[in-house]
Order: sequence, then C-alpha cells, then structure tokens
Amino acid sequence: MSTTVTPPPKKVNHIGLEVLQYKGAKTTLCAGCGHNSISERLIESFYELGINPYTVAKFSGIGCSSKSPAYFLGLSHGFNAVHGRMPAIATGALLANHTLLGIGVSGDGDTASIGLGQFMHLIRRNVPMIYVIEDNGVYGLTKGQFSATADLGSTLKSGTPNELPPFDCCALAMKWGATFVARSFSGDKRQLTAILKTAIAHRGLSVIDVISPCVTFNDHEGSTKSYAYVKEHEEILQELDFVPSFDDISVDIPEGEVVDVQMHDGSHLRIRKLQRDFDPTDRLKSLTALEEAEAKGEILTGVLYLNTARPTFLELLNLTDEPVATLPEARVRPSRAVLDQVMDELR
Amino acid sequence: MSTLEVSPVESQPGQPSQPVVNDFSIQVATVNGSGSQTANSVLMRSLFQMGIPVSGKNMFPSNIAGLPTWFTIRASKYGYIGRRKEIDILVAMNPETAREDVLNLDGGAAVIYDEPLKLNELRSDLHFFPVPFDKLVAPVCPNAKLRKLVRNMIYDGVVARLLAIDMEEVYKALRKQFGERKAKAVDLNWGAAKAGFEFAAGTFADGIPYRAERMNATAGKIIIDGNAACALGAMFAGVTVVTWYPITPSSSLVETLIGYAKRFRHDPDTGKATYAIVQAEDELASIGMALGAGWAGARSMTATAGPGISLMSEFIGLGYYAECPTVVYDVERVGPSTGLPTRTQQGDLITTALLSHGDTRHPMFFPCSPEECFSMSLEAFDFAEKFQTPVFVMTDLDLGMNNWMADPFPYPEEPIHRGKILTAEDLDRLGGFARYKDVDGDGVGWRTLPGTNHPKASYFTRGSGHNEKAQYTEREDDYIHNMDRLAHKFEVMRQYVPEPVVSMAEKAQIGFVAWGTSDPAVRESCDQLKAEYGIEASYLRLRAYPFTGQLLDFIRRHDRVYVVDQNRDGQLLGLMRLELDAELIAKLRSLRYYGGLPLDARTVTDHIVREEGK
Repeated sequence: MSTTVTPPPKKVNHIGLEVLQYKGAKTTLCAGCGHNSISERLIESFYELGINPYTVAKFSGIGCSSKSPAYFLGLSHGFNAVHGRMPAIATGALLANHTLLGIGVSGDGDTASIGLGQFMHLIRRNVPMIYVIEDNGVYGLTKGQFSATADLGSTLKSGTPNELPPFDCCALAMKWGATFVARSFSGDKRQLTAILKTAIAHRGLSVIDVISPCVTFNDHEGSTKSYAYVKEHEEILQELDFVPSFDDISVDIPEGEVVDVQMHDGSHLRIRKLQRDFDPTDRLKSLTALEEAEAKGEILTGVLYLNTARPTFLELLNLTDEPVATLPEARVRPSRAVLDQVMDELR
Repeated sequence: MSTLEVSPVESQPGQPSQPVVNDFSIQVATVNGSGSQTANSVLMRSLFQMGIPVSGKNMFPSNIAGLPTWFTIRASKYGYIGRRKEIDILVAMNPETAREDVLNLDGGAAVIYDEPLKLNELRSDLHFFPVPFDKLVAPVCPNAKLRKLVRNMIYDGVVARLLAIDMEEVYKALRKQFGERKAKAVDLNWGAAKAGFEFAAGTFADGIPYRAERMNATAGKIIIDGNAACALGAMFAGVTVVTWYPITPSSSLVETLIGYAKRFRHDPDTGKATYAIVQAEDELASIGMALGAGWAGARSMTATAGPGISLMSEFIGLGYYAECPTVVYDVERVGPSTGLPTRTQQGDLITTALLSHGDTRHPMFFPCSPEECFSMSLEAFDFAEKFQTPVFVMTDLDLGMNNWMADPFPYPEEPIHRGKILTAEDLDRLGGFARYKDVDGDGVGWRTLPGTNHPKASYFTRGSGHNEKAQYTEREDDYIHNMDRLAHKFEVMRQYVPEPVVSMAEKAQIGFVAWGTSDPAVRESCDQLKAEYGIEASYLRLRAYPFTGQLLDFIRRHDRVYVVDQNRDGQLLGLMRLELDAELIAKLRSLRYYGGLPLDARTVTDHIVREEGK
C-alpha cells in the first residue's frame, strides 16, 4: 500500500493527555441513568483542567452510584468500600498520602441513611476531597425503596407515598461546617461542569448533591425526583463560569452582577446572580433560601455555599510535606538513643 | 520450688516465728478517685527498687469516683508475677467493703485499717493494726482539700514500717512518681508517709510475720504496662497512621503512643509530624480509616476492645477480601455486650479469628508480657504488609493496664519490611501487573499504591467479587480461584507466625496449652503441681494463630492436654477443634476461668488435681 494517511493531530489537554485517558470501564448502569451523565461531566472536568489522573484516588460506598467510579478515570486508583462508609476509607487514604486528590461518589441511601454518621464527620473534619451525592431519592440496586432524601408525598412506582420528611443533604452539610456546598442536576451539563471544576480547585471538602433521576425506579408521574419534575421545579440560582488558573483571566467575563471568587489554586469562579439576592458566602442566607424553596416546592441549584478560608483537616495535622505512607525507615523509626532514653525513664 | 514451706497459715497471732521473706501479697481496698493510685504505685516501686520481683494488679470499677477498687501487690522472691488469691496484708480504707474484705481473709493475715472502722471486732485470728488516718494527716497536710489524696500515703509509711521496707526507697519512688518538677507534691506525700511510719514505729510493738529484704532480682528492669509497650512497639515499627476510638481498656495504648509520637516522631528540622493520629467518630470509622490508610501505603493501626471488635466486623471482611494491611490491637475485656468493662478476659478469640461474614480467617498474635507486646508489634506491622491483611494483636486488660516488671526492650535489628509493592520503575520493567495474581506461590499478589505515576499502576479495589486483575466478576471459577488463593495465603502464614514456646517436662503425661496472660499462672502451677503433688506437666504457650506444627506434636506426645482459657466456653479449645484431627481432639481437656480477675496459679493447680485424681 502506498497511500499515506496523516492522522489528524490528537486533541490533548494542557498536560498532554487525551480525553480517552480520563475514561473508565463501560458502564453497567441502566441506559439513561443520570449517574452516567455525572461520570461524563467528571471526565470532562478532570480532562479540561488537566489533572494528572495518577494523583487522583476514587472512593465509593455501595449502591448504583457507588459503582460509577469504575466508569471514569480508569488510570486512577479506586476503592469501592462498604455501604455508607466510604468517608472512613477516603479519610484514611488521604491521611496516608495527603498529596492525593480524592473524589468520592455516593448515593442518597449511602449518604443520608446508613452513612449519615460518617458523612457528618467527614464534613466536620473538612477532609479535602470531593464528595458527590448522586441523589435519586430511591434505592435502585435493591429495586426501588424510598431513601431518606425522598420528598414528603413523593410516590413509589407502586403508588405508595413517602410519609417522612426528607433530609436536605446540602442544608445539613452547611450546618455541619462544609466549606463548599452545591446542588446541581445531572441533566445540566454547563452548571454541573462548572461546579465540579470548582470542587477540584477547592482546597477543603466539596459536597455536591446532584439530582440524578433513576430511570427505572423513580422517573414516574408522582415522583419528585423524575426528569420531568426536576426540570419543571428547578430554580437555577446563578450562571457559573469556572476560569482555571492557566487560562487568561480577561476572557469570558459575564455580564451583569458578578461575584468573582478566587480559589486556592489561583483559579476563579465567576458567579452571575439570576433572579434573586443570593450570596453564596453567607451561610445563614443560603440556609434560609433553601428553607423557603422547600416550602415552595422548588429545587434550588447552583453554588449554595463557598468558604475558602477554613483550614482542612490535613492542614491541622501538621504532616510532613511528603506522604507519611512512603517516608523512609530513617524518618519513621526513632533511633537507638531514643529507645535507651525511654527505657531509662521506665526504670 | 515450692511456696508451701513458707505458708502464712503456719504463723498464728502471738506465736512468734521466722518471718516470711519476700513472698507476700498486699491488698489495698479503697474507693476510686481517692488518689490511692499514687500510694499503690509508690509501694510497688519501693519493693521493686529493693530488688524484689513484684507485680501489681488493679481491680477497678467502670466509674470515675466513689466506687470500690482494690490494688494487689505481690512480692515473690521466686519471680512469680501472676495474681495470688491469698491476701497476707490487707489495707482496709473503704468503709463500704471493709467488712467483707476482712471476712474473706485467711487466718493469720494482717489488717491495717482506719481506726474508726473497728474491724478488730470481726475476727480473732488476724493481726489488726488500727491507724487514725484523719488524725495523722491533718498536721502534715494543712490544705484540707488535699487531705483525701494525701492520707493514702500514710498507709505506705505504715506498711513500710511493718514490712521493713527501706523508707529511702519510698522517697525515691515518690520522686519517680511525681518527677523533678513537682517537688511540692513529693514533699507533701513524703510528710504523710513519714507520719505513718513514725506512728507505726511508736504504736505497734508486734510486727507481722512478713518482711521485705533487699535482693538483686530487678536490676536493670523496667516497670511498664502492656498498652505502653504496644505503643512503643508501634512507634518503633514505624507506624504512620493511627485511627482509634476510645474504649476501655485500650484507650491508654493510643494515648501513650500520642505522648511518645509528639516527643520522638516530629521532623527535627521542620517540626512536622511523620505520622497522623486521628480520633475517629466510632469503631466503624477507626477501622475504615486504618484500612484506607493501609491501602494507600501507610503502616496503619487501630486499638480497641470487644465491643469495637464487634463493630469492626464488616470492615474486617473487606480488609480480608480486598487485602488491605493494618494492625488491630484488641485489648480484651469481659463480654458479652458491655460486660464488665474494667475486668479481664480472653473473650474475643473465636470472634476475632473468624471475624466478618463469609469465609474469613485472620492471623492473631498473642503476647504474654510487655516484652512481647513490644516485639510482636514490630512483627505484626511487617506481617500485615507481607500478607496484605489485617493482623490482630490480642492482649487483655490484665496485660494492657497493669504494671509489669520487664526486661528493657531491645532495639529492632531487622529493617522494616514493606511487603510486595511495585513502583513506577518496576512497572516499566514488568510492563504491567495483576493485583490479585499469585506470581510467587505464596498466595500474595503485588500491589501498587495510589499516587504511583504510571499508566499501568491503577487498579480498582472492591469488596465485591474480583478476578486476578481486580475486575468485577461473578464467575464461579474466578470466585473459587480467588478464595482458594486466600486460603493458601493463610496456610503460608503458618510458617511465618511467632512460634509457640514449648517446655517439655520429663515423663509428663499431661500438658498445658495456653496463651497470653494465662502464662504466669500456668508456669507457677507447673511448679506447684510438681512440688506439692508430684505431677509433671509440660507446657506449650501459643504465640499466634494460625497454629503451627509444634502444637500437633505437643498434643501427640501427651496423654491429656489441658487447654487453658480465660473465658466460659473454652474458645481456644473450640478453635483447635475446627482444624485438628479427631484423635488429637480426643486428648484435649478444657480448663476455664472467667471471673474477670487475672488467672491465678492455685485455680489451675486445683483443677488439675481434681481431674487427675490426686
């Protein structure tokens, strides 16, 4: 064969990797599942920000959501832990190696029921990682029981109404001390990507509750977590633009009333307010807005709270710059003289 | 060697005879929160400084202040450090228990008591020494608020006088107890001790039939509790992540480690920590963090007790199946449920061996002394990483919280072994790896750590079914292959666990098998059986699970083997039943004690005598 074909130049990000290198195994979730869209947004966000996948560690608990870390960032280590207890595994791994970028994916059952305690304490510690709740109000893997985020009056496929009020993971996260709290919708590509990129840049814990409809068990008439219901009741708080540190800051300045939040890594989140007087740095106002929205049956999406000042748990521990996991023996085993001294003290 | 020749029962009040030298036990009955711990430690240390082998057992309530507590000090020139049931000298400070304490004594014992309690009216076969504690403490402690604490030191002075303990040693022990910086506390307590001593010297013409005399059996030794020894072992093993949840009796293990790590594990140049210690929200989290840290390459550990072990069950199954190294210290206490939180038991053996659902087995190490708490900690961290699995170090409240005489710990000569970890360079050379593939025949795959900068480094860890490449699978052949490899790995461990300590008695028909803190009682019982009954008994002390071939040989060589358990159901025997042949099982007999106190030799001896028909 004499024909020479010049392959088109591969599209790469600023560290020279293709988007393919951010993908994972083929999904085994249902076609149309919101969780798959979230995986796509994660792939885009990590790719576009040029995050080295070898520095990322993925964590999850148990449930449909928790399977998804296998479906993105295949070049990153992953740990699918036990039900509701991903925060402990993630915290331990980050203690061992604080240079890792941790991302946890959980569900509403995994987070708001069996894992509520660990979720609270992860927030209380401000462990620097991303915590995505793929929230569909239902237990999918066990075929459609209510979770603790199901709205009052929302019905199961069988028509059974939910008689208990829901936990609002975002409001609770704010109350417990979370430093970045956002809510989004798996169908809102632009907003979700901006939020995920902000989470990657945020130096503390990011709690991102993504309404992610379950097409098999909770997408029917009567459900408040169906695509149709969420689209109809979503109240978008802001227009978001994430400007990475390596981009020219002068580009893409949105019109209107804009709040510019500088992130710890030098990137910026540009927030243009829509409709209401909402300040994501004011926790009290934000909590009030959530309360009001709930009363009106609205789903507020966007950046709910952002605090870039609070130190992370790992910073408080005053760890060596290198990961403690791989320090050489000379730095982790005290000298013979130390043992002699201790023995003398005990005589 | 026998302790009978010098039995205190031979000496009756009013019949002067040769005093018993360096073979007695003192029991101090107080209420907790009264500061008696200082007086008791000083008394124990004074004997230790005189070169006399000594042990101390604290029997305390699960309470902060106001409930009865007993501290027993045993001095034994023969070096017996197990608990002794018989009390020779009672210091009765607690009005609540004084009556019962006195009624329980063997005839001939001495009772030092608070004069207003009028205990001398209870019995006529004891030596009574009334002491007006309140009267004596007032002049030496002008601050009325401190008197409750300081008055205990008075009995140290009285006991010192009666036993001829050198007061110079009491002073030295006080200084050791308070350190150089608390000179005022030393002076105050020393004044009280002297007041007691002088009162006894001027009041009690008759002494007691026991005496402390200098000997040279403690030179160079240290006094330490097992929890502190484990903490030191972990620090010198290079532990880097410690995640824990407070629970009696394990809390002091981590608290001591925090103290040492703050002093000795910060970078001298930057002041930064080479470790992370995190108090978790519960045991579910503490073990999860330890496993996550072990997965990410840390030398991780947690410490807990029975209730914590129960809570950790699910995560331990994950550690076993996903093969994450960590070290779990189980300082056992009395179960089931909350049980008796401040009493000792070997109650978690079977639970721990098989912890979690499905087919699981876990290696356990059984230290019996502070020396082994230290050395087995070093071994446990290497073992966990070598076999990529949780390793349990099983101690108990008796070992963990009581003070023991010990030889100073030798500095570890072996370098730290981190097990099978592939670096980016290794992956370049190999071109890839399969996480759960048994390439070396020992059942242990090679692993990579998250953060390894290589396209072939990543794998997906899961507690669900997985094949050699760590991919999800529900295939029958994959599942069986993986489970068989894990079983093989457990078999390989038998060659690497700490071996048992065997002492064969000539012509012995019977043998003992015991583990952990049953050791001092069993050793002393072997001597008692021989001296008092002419019964020879061999002894195998297990130091780890899985069992090794020595155990089988030992059983074969004896007609009957008494398996000593500090639990109701004979858990060690039960564990042996799971894997021994019927002919060997037929030789096993169960010897159990489960009252919550440390096992004593007489209980063992009496049982054997009953069973062996002598």
